[in-house]
Amino acid sequence: MKSKTDRIVKYFKYALIGLVTGTANGLFGSGGGTIAVPAMVHLLEAEEHKAHATAIAVILPLTIVSSVFYITKGYVDWDLTLKVTAGGLAGGYIGARLLAVCPEKLLRKIFAVFMAAAGIRMIL
Amino acid sequence: MSIIILLLIGIAAGIISGMGIGGGAILIPALVIVLNPEQHTAQGVNLIFFIPTAVVALFIHIKNKQIDFKMAIPIIAFGLCGAFLGSWLAARIAGGELKRLFGIFLLSMSLYEMLRKGKNPGEKAIQRARNEKQ
Repeated sequence: MKSKTDRIVKYFKYALIGLVTGTANGLFGSGGGTIAVPAMVHLLEAEEHKAHATAIAVILPLTIVSSVFYITKGYVDWDLTLKVTAGGLAGGYIGARLLAVCPEKLLRKIFAVFMAAAGIRMIL
Repeated sequence: MSIIILLLIGIAAGIISGMGIGGGAILIPALVIVLNPEQHTAQGVNLIFFIPTAVVALFIHIKNKQIDFKMAIPIIAFGLCGAFLGSWLAARIAGGELKRLFGIFLLSMSLYEMLRKGKNPGEKAIQRARNEKQ
């Protein structure tokens, strides 16, 4: 039997994860998963692959809300979005194949270096 | 020419999302650096971009019973408040400022990605499961 305090702490964690994930996702149009997955793993002791799947279920409704907001504010360029999305669908397929032959650790390292360089460039 | 670049950016982002890191961390900076659209526009592309892929992934995960709804539902409830707050904030920040803030966010994500190696208890379990399958 779980105590009342345990349940309160758990809900406090849900609130924290939800608020931070949602705010980042709305403010930056991305990054929800990057926050939600490790938060669920470390704060709620979720298994990694379950956390990944659950994060998608969490972020989809948040993204829909943020998208509606962005559309009404006129921030969505549909022509640009369509072209990039077409590439993305192909990329998802290629990515799954690539993961089978290229070690994920290496890809993650390349990716982290790219993010650092891009981040610095955007700050300056 | 620009269509090819856009497709390449999409492909790079698609590859990264397949790894579960979030394609936005590639998509948004790549768009901003190559095409230099308004920061809000680049973020808008990423939001819409995510929806179709997430719907497909969600169906598969629901079928495989990988989603912990007991955990997801309360997080969604609070997350929706956050989504309103975040989008509202974004609309109040000028493009140049938002771009800089995004850069800081990206840099902290990359630091986390570089430092997290070997700390994850779940990774070993996944690796074991993968090996068993083969």
